[in-house]
Amino acid sequence: MRKNQKLKSGSLPVYIVLFFASLLSLFPFYWMFVMATRPSAAYNSIPPTLLPGGQLVNNFMKVLDTIPFFQAMWNTIILCTTVTIAVLIISSLAGFAFAKFQFPGKNFFFICILLTMVVPPQLGLIPQYYLISQLGWLDTLLGAGVLFLLNPLGIFLMRQYISESVPDELIEAAKLDGCSNFRIYRSIVLPIIKPAFATLGIIVFTLVWGEFLWQFTVLRDPSSYTLQVALASLNNAFRVDFGMLLSGVFWATVPLIIIFLIFNRWFIASITEGSIK
Amino acid sequence: MENVQKQQHISKQKTAAQMSEKKKDMLSGYLYIAPFFIIFAIIGLYPAVFSIVLAFQKWNGLGAMEYVGLNNFSIVLQDPLFWKSLYNTVVIGLMGTAPQLIVGIILAFFLNMAVIRFTDFFRVTIFMPYITSMVAVALVFGVFFSSSETALANYLIGLFGLDPVSWKTSEWGAKIAISLMVFWRWVGYNTIIYLAGLQSIPKDLYEAATIDGAGKVQQFFHITIPMLKPFIILTVFMSTVGALQLFAEPAVFLGSSAFNRDEAMTVVMYLYRDAFNLGSFGTASATAVLLLIIIVGAAALNTWLTSGIGRKKKRKV
Repeated sequence: MRKNQKLKSGSLPVYIVLFFASLLSLFPFYWMFVMATRPSAAYNSIPPTLLPGGQLVNNFMKVLDTIPFFQAMWNTIILCTTVTIAVLIISSLAGFAFAKFQFPGKNFFFICILLTMVVPPQLGLIPQYYLISQLGWLDTLLGAGVLFLLNPLGIFLMRQYISESVPDELIEAAKLDGCSNFRIYRSIVLPIIKPAFATLGIIVFTLVWGEFLWQFTVLRDPSSYTLQVALASLNNAFRVDFGMLLSGVFWATVPLIIIFLIFNRWFIASITEGSIK
Repeated sequence: MENVQKQQHISKQKTAAQMSEKKKDMLSGYLYIAPFFIIFAIIGLYPAVFSIVLAFQKWNGLGAMEYVGLNNFSIVLQDPLFWKSLYNTVVIGLMGTAPQLIVGIILAFFLNMAVIRFTDFFRVTIFMPYITSMVAVALVFGVFFSSSETALANYLIGLFGLDPVSWKTSEWGAKIAISLMVFWRWVGYNTIIYLAGLQSIPKDLYEAATIDGAGKVQQFFHITIPMLKPFIILTVFMSTVGALQLFAEPAVFLGSSAFNRDEAMTVVMYLYRDAFNLGSFGTASATAVLLLIIIVGAAALNTWLTSGIGRKKKRKV
């Protein structure tokens, strides 16, 4: 009863504030769409144009003339998918070992992993670049992706999840039945940790999708561009065509918005799970 | 009973095959953590150590290295541009993150009060900026804050009687624009974390406080804030570390002139420019080492300060 009263008394200002916060959150998305449908000249009109125009296709054609958009989109998808799968495998194997096996130095290794979370990635930027160039991996997705295989948070999450949700008895029983450790990993652990895979998968996928500094450093040839690098290059012209620019940003953002709207619960859960543990 | 029997049974079996079992597990343990540590050794540890070594060398990436002692550090520390970039980073960091944490707590507090059906809707909309990439945000805000007099931002401040600002080339214009985009992208992220924190606070604490006659504001400062402390510490820590690593937003926002101007050059941009535009790997590595020290120091300081908030509150109560 008291709770209902509380809701009523405070509700109107609460909803007004939340409504404005939502409006401010969404406005740049809407405005990006409007600009993507307008000729560049519309930008100079006063008062500003806030309704969509008819240049949606035209602006996008200009994007295609300027950057290899679909190539970049494809590169990004390949990069994000392979890195995500690799990180899931590496993290779940290591998480399994840390959660269920006893071996000398276990705590030491685990503390090492926690320490790597604190070191800023820029510390190694120059030697990493040098290493990748020596390997001949500049301008390749291999070079762009290899850095993201290091995901200490992934091991941390997996260890947590496996020690909580895979019962020791189950593993012992499987061992009595003569299962090898790898078989236990594949047939018992993997099916149980699927939800954790979804969480970590979303974290890694969005991280790689949006990361800029490393991809910008390693990918210099337009054919190897990922979306972020390609988009950034749109802004380098002396006179930038704003309609074209925001058309590129719009079409590069739409896939992520769709994925987000479908899986928004998982996205939001990935933030809280990733940070609260 | 049954459980105990089962365990006894298992442990009997265990003693029989204990040695080989233990060895197998040990081997599996090492084997399964090996992929991470092999990759870590090659592209994590080795570059980090190499960076620290490099900070004491003169090197352009091609010829032989030359040991120069602390010379790189003194070059960087005597460069006014380094200090300018550090100043920019700290100012943008404070303007971009401090309001974010406060607004985040308020929004989370309101979200927590709303009816659940609406909470879900508002949670999604407020969180949405976070899914856009930093590059996309910088480009959209780059048009919004374009230097032309007709930029939407200039139109809006014109409504309040202010003169147009050249956002990309003025000292405060650039900083304000970049802080705003950082704020816009991250405020929802922090709101979600605070909301999870709020939902973990037991309801009866508030009920007890209401019975004792505590008002809403009192409840907020004496229950909500102290209970949120671990979450506040976490977000302050992450914001501090993230703010000091700022690169994509200013670099993309300023476009082709990003590395030629100093209004919004951050420490990481300074490092990048040294290494990849000027070919001075030694001083860039010295900057990287300095940045590590700054980040660890600032993160420790801020964590210590935020833990203090709770301590003060406790004393009051």
